[in-house]
Amino acid sequence: MNLAYRDIRHSLGRFLLTCVGLGLLLGVVLAMIGIYRGLVVDALTIARAPAVDLWVVEANTRGPFAEASRIPGDIREAVARMADVTAAGSITYQTVEIEHGGDKLRLYVIGYELTRPGGPPQIAEGREIARSHYEMVADKSAGLTLGDRIRLGRHVFTVVGLTRHQVNSGGDPAVYITLPDAQKLQFDLAPPAARVELARGTGGSSRDTVNAVVARLHANASPEAVADTVHRWKHLSAITQEAQEFILTRSLVDRARRQIGLFTSLLLVVSAVIIALIIYTMTMEKLKQIATLKLIGAPDRTIIGMIVQQALALGFIGFAIGAALIVNIKDYFPRRVVLEPDNVMILGLIVFAVCLVASGLGVRAALKVDPATALGG
Amino acid sequence: MVAAPEPRPLVWVDRVSKHFGEGEARVDALREVSIDIYPGQVVALLGPSGSGKTTLLNVIGCILDPSSGSMELDGEKVLESGHWTRSNLRQLRLDKIGFIFQAHNLIPFLDATDNVALVLQLAGADATTARSRAMELLDYLEVGHRRSAMPAKLSGGEAQRVAIARALANRPRIILADEPTAALDSKRAGIVMDLLRKVAVDQEAAIIAVTHDEKIFDRFDRIFSLRDGRLDEGGAVTS
Ligand SMILES: Nc1ncnc2c1ncn2[C@@H]1O[C@H](COP(=O)(O)OP(=O)(O)OP(=O)(O)O)[C@@H](O)[C@H]1O
Ligand SMILES: [Mg+2]
Repeated sequence: MNLAYRDIRHSLGRFLLTCVGLGLLLGVVLAMIGIYRGLVVDALTIARAPAVDLWVVEANTRGPFAEASRIPGDIREAVARMADVTAAGSITYQTVEIEHGGDKLRLYVIGYELTRPGGPPQIAEGREIARSHYEMVADKSAGLTLGDRIRLGRHVFTVVGLTRHQVNSGGDPAVYITLPDAQKLQFDLAPPAARVELARGTGGSSRDTVNAVVARLHANASPEAVADTVHRWKHLSAITQEAQEFILTRSLVDRARRQIGLFTSLLLVVSAVIIALIIYTMTMEKLKQIATLKLIGAPDRTIIGMIVQQALALGFIGFAIGAALIVNIKDYFPRRVVLEPDNVMILGLIVFAVCLVASGLGVRAALKVDPATALGG
Repeated sequence: MVAAPEPRPLVWVDRVSKHFGEGEARVDALREVSIDIYPGQVVALLGPSGSGKTTLLNVIGCILDPSSGSMELDGEKVLESGHWTRSNLRQLRLDKIGFIFQAHNLIPFLDATDNVALVLQLAGADATTARSRAMELLDYLEVGHRRSAMPAKLSGGEAQRVAIARALANRPRIILADEPTAALDSKRAGIVMDLLRKVAVDQEAAIIAVTHDEKIFDRFDRIFSLRDGRLDEGGAVTS
């Protein structure tokens, strides 16, 4: 007969309650891991959206995300003509705050050229932008629906399509509009003095500026080599997709990432201590029974088996409850919670290991019990 | 009423001493105790509190290391000049010794039948055999009707009888009982003593019971008394 199971069955309510408690704790750990992963994924989403190999930005900057970058719009043609470049597109990025339905809404406005790289990666509902003016594709997280009419700057845009999970590294939902609309918006929202300058065409800048030009290369071309060529044009920097992703994860969200990472580790340690305590207490409560078992001749492995099996059952059920909880509520978080199977599995393994170590403590206590204590008197 | 002694005692203890601590704190719990008990005998161990009764049971039950002396159980040498000569004392307990406690010490999460079946399974019986033998034993001890009850739901007397069934399960030839009737009224105590007598006769077992209970003194074949770690046979029937 399985003593671990019999003991659990005998005090099932209490055991399950302990499991639920542990499950909630492990759920929080999983949520933190998911938030951590979500932060990284969000940071990369916008950079991955155009699916390009190269970012051409202002000289000596690490733009357009980590640092501001402004380059003339005609660079795109020059880039497109380069060897190994199959497609190139100009893009603008700007954050605007608007009123919508009585609420303030921060949007990350992306301007792109309709037939070139830079548009929304996938339309979840509705369609892509078809007209060259006043249509937009918005991310669902903005809370907009198809047909909504949104005022951006001086013009009203109609939402024609919706994307999913397109947010910038701060969590602001992305909206896509055409490049001319975006440039107009940048002009409209610029400070008055700069606007006057721009209108006059003085001050060395024109209205045709963009934040970056993105380029797709032949499959067997080397992005570094092309980046080098661009670099030699002096007034431009070129960043490979790989480097761009590195910049985004390392510099842009690094502090937030480390913050959450540290907190997650702390939570893990706390969970480990709590698991150890629960299992140790479970064993201490049974010391008299363990002494009796020893006295009547139960081998150590029977006693060890009982403790270890209970510890593993606790860990497994607790973990299952925690995982089920988070999987079911993760979409209600205001920012993205990403749970990859491998993250879940690693936490599972950690919980497994912690349970084993913790039951080691219990086993040690149990093996030290003197069978004579069962006799008493 | 004394069973005819066999040539070989079941329990043979020769000048066993046990002390706890050293120097100032030294307590001599047993001083050169010798005792031999033959199959079929029911033996009482009397003595004031702290005289070493439990210590002696623990030594005979191989759960306490004595300081010196020799011991044979069921014809097998287990202790020689204060050292165990047999390595697997746990198996020895499982095969040869049954313990009955003052508090019944049943496993609270197993029902009456499984409390008994557990020791049978530990000794190698398969689950079905163990359960049916356990039920037989419970019937024999007249608690068969409570076979599915959890220990917490048993009365003191019922629990004690289940505990005795457990002590008897592997047909041990040596049964050690520490105040087995302390928790029972005199009628129940009498029933338990009759049972132990029956087992001693049926299984040719030796039964050593610590007791303070004067009402049951007449049910023992031999009475030993301990005082300050020294054992005397016969002795004062007052403790
Ligand atoms: N583990 C131990 N460590 C130190 N001293 C002990 C230990 N166990 C028993 N003793 C001492 O040995 C002596 C005999 O103890 P024992 O438990 O055998 O007495 P007892 O006759 O069973 O008493 P009671 O009738 O109260 O159960 C006592 O003085 C006791 O304090
Ligand atoms: Mg005692």
